[in-house]
Amino acid sequence: MSLTRRTLLAAAAAAAPVIARAQGTPTLKIGCLTDMSGPYKDLAGPGAVAALNQALLEYGVSGKGMKVEVLVADHLNKPDVGATVARQWFDRDGVDVIVEVANSGVALAVAGVAKEKNKVYLNTGAATSDLTGSACNTNTIHWVYDTYMLAKSTGGAMVKTGGDSWFFITADYAFGKALQRDTTDFVIGAGGKVLGGVAYPFPGTSDFSSYLIQAQASGAKVLGMANAGTDTINTIKQAKEFGITNKMRLAGLLLFLTDIHSLGLDIAQGIVLTDSFYWDMNDRARAFSNRLSPKIGGARPTMVQAGVYSAVLHYLKTATAMGVDKVKLDGAATVAEMKKLPTDDDCFGPGSIRADGRKLHPAYLWEVKKPSESKGPWDYYKPLATTPADQAFRPLDKGGCPMVKS
Amino acid sequence: MIMIFGIPGPLLFGQLLLGLINGAFYAMLSLGLAVIFGMLNIINFAHGALFMMGAFVAWILLDALGIGYFPSLILAPLIVGAFGVVLERTIISRLYKLDHLYGLLLTFGLSLVIEGLFRNAYGSSGLPYRIPDILQGATNLGFMYMPNYRGWVVLAALVVCFSTWAIIEKTSLGATLRAATENAPLVQAFGVNVPRVVTLTYGAGVALAAFAGVLAAPIYSVNPNMGSNFINTVFAVVVIGGMGSILGSIVTGFGLGVIEGLTKVFYPQASATVVFLVMIIVLLARPRGLFGKAA
Repeated sequence: MSLTRRTLLAAAAAAAPVIARAQGTPTLKIGCLTDMSGPYKDLAGPGAVAALNQALLEYGVSGKGMKVEVLVADHLNKPDVGATVARQWFDRDGVDVIVEVANSGVALAVAGVAKEKNKVYLNTGAATSDLTGSACNTNTIHWVYDTYMLAKSTGGAMVKTGGDSWFFITADYAFGKALQRDTTDFVIGAGGKVLGGVAYPFPGTSDFSSYLIQAQASGAKVLGMANAGTDTINTIKQAKEFGITNKMRLAGLLLFLTDIHSLGLDIAQGIVLTDSFYWDMNDRARAFSNRLSPKIGGARPTMVQAGVYSAVLHYLKTATAMGVDKVKLDGAATVAEMKKLPTDDDCFGPGSIRADGRKLHPAYLWEVKKPSESKGPWDYYKPLATTPADQAFRPLDKGGCPMVKS
Repeated sequence: MIMIFGIPGPLLFGQLLLGLINGAFYAMLSLGLAVIFGMLNIINFAHGALFMMGAFVAWILLDALGIGYFPSLILAPLIVGAFGVVLERTIISRLYKLDHLYGLLLTFGLSLVIEGLFRNAYGSSGLPYRIPDILQGATNLGFMYMPNYRGWVVLAALVVCFSTWAIIEKTSLGATLRAATENAPLVQAFGVNVPRVVTLTYGAGVALAAFAGVLAAPIYSVNPNMGSNFINTVFAVVVIGGMGSILGSIVTGFGLGVIEGLTKVFYPQASATVVFLVMIIVLLARPRGLFGKAA
């Protein structure tokens, strides 16, 4: 068929009502950018997407006169891939908000893109406290936890109970370095000292024995594991194997429920760790987990997945308050409004968002149960201590966030 | 305390030993690759995925059927080896007449598919596999605390590597294999079924990878990505040793393990790259590798 003016007109006429309808019900586009295939897949990945959909379902978007479309992509733990996907989503696909992004390197790259395009960025999976520090911006909220919170809760608890000399095994990228830096500050601040550390290539390291022997030779009392996911799992397994655990205490600076599940209680028992959400910590958390669990293959959600649910819920509430059109138009204004509204959901309870983009809630210190104490799969933690929301995170004026100074 | 290059002696000896242990894995994996390349002229990029399958089969045997570590050490290589035979017969054998590059691309694609399937089924954080009771514990060597299991790995690897070498270089079966590689039509004329020999060789190479996978299961978590962590280094080992050289891959495997171990003390950040640095230097000086025969 040759293209004539008549067919063009006919096509335009046919398309017109569709466009008009689309303008009638505005569509919010939420992009879930996460690790769907690498070391953080289990703690975020498909479970994070399920948590996102759970938030949409429970909020009842269609009843609120909104349409929501969800896009999912794998950042492959590569900052360049993450930034490229973010650009395509914002420019080509009209995405309004990106959630999740486990991996600090990718997280920092995406924060820059979200700011540049004036969209919203709700990070739940990355750890670096720089997201609300030197790299903070008007379009980013850091939801679940950060390196400062982990360092203060776990590091502080270790030093208090006699673990005053440390050796670090650190993943050699943004996250590992930030975690080591923040923990070092706490250890030294509390009168302890750091005797040394090794930064190993990430990703691609699976044998930690060499670093463990160096850690042991340093004579330090505490081994700080400034890494995450399978790396931490391998470090702990091998520390046990080489008898390091007889002489040093292991500080899991970032451990997720799925890591403990993978290690098994036999090996993981007694490890002290910090999480801001645990599925069995109160009635509301249990209720949420029971609703989500069938959708993630019977597993229990990690704090990152819970964070996706919590962040998306708050975003939707804000969209209702502001109007979807305004939310789509101005990311910075949306984030400003999100900071004004109080947060409340089943996972993290009541909370708030600070000027630098830090979501505030308590930090919980947990100890991994002995096999005899556990009632079955996923019953892994017992509570040790709670740091209240106003003390859990870095003081607002100490982060070096330019938005706060001005 | 003795100091060597500013490093305490005991620490250095410990690292040498650990290097040997890692070298054992490099040696076993590169050995299988060398056998396959030497006999089939296929650059088997799926080797890492088959190594991972070995570990998973051991885990599944234990989880579903209660079959323990030592039977798995025999069963898993047989099962994965049989899988390799099927792969060779159905897919890989179609590429023998084409350039190496096609085999490389095909096996690379296969490894992505296999790893993807396992990741979908079992997730990425890995599954626990206990060290068998008899190999639990550790021995104090004076300069370090040596887990018994790691000692066993080195021992098993040495035995397997040198028996493979002896079979290929010193027996009549090995002689047939080598002859079939040199001149297939002539060997066929003597009544040897060459395609079957080739298939079984591929199966044996795959079984070696699976054996290494079972050995690795209790040390690393049984994880769909465990093969891809190794495979790049192992290819460098094969290239440095000389493509297709059996002895070359064994010696280079252990040697590079030690070099890598030492790098982890002096400059840990470079430990992932040092193997490739060695590869560049070797290729510049001896393009056929350390043990490669001249064309």
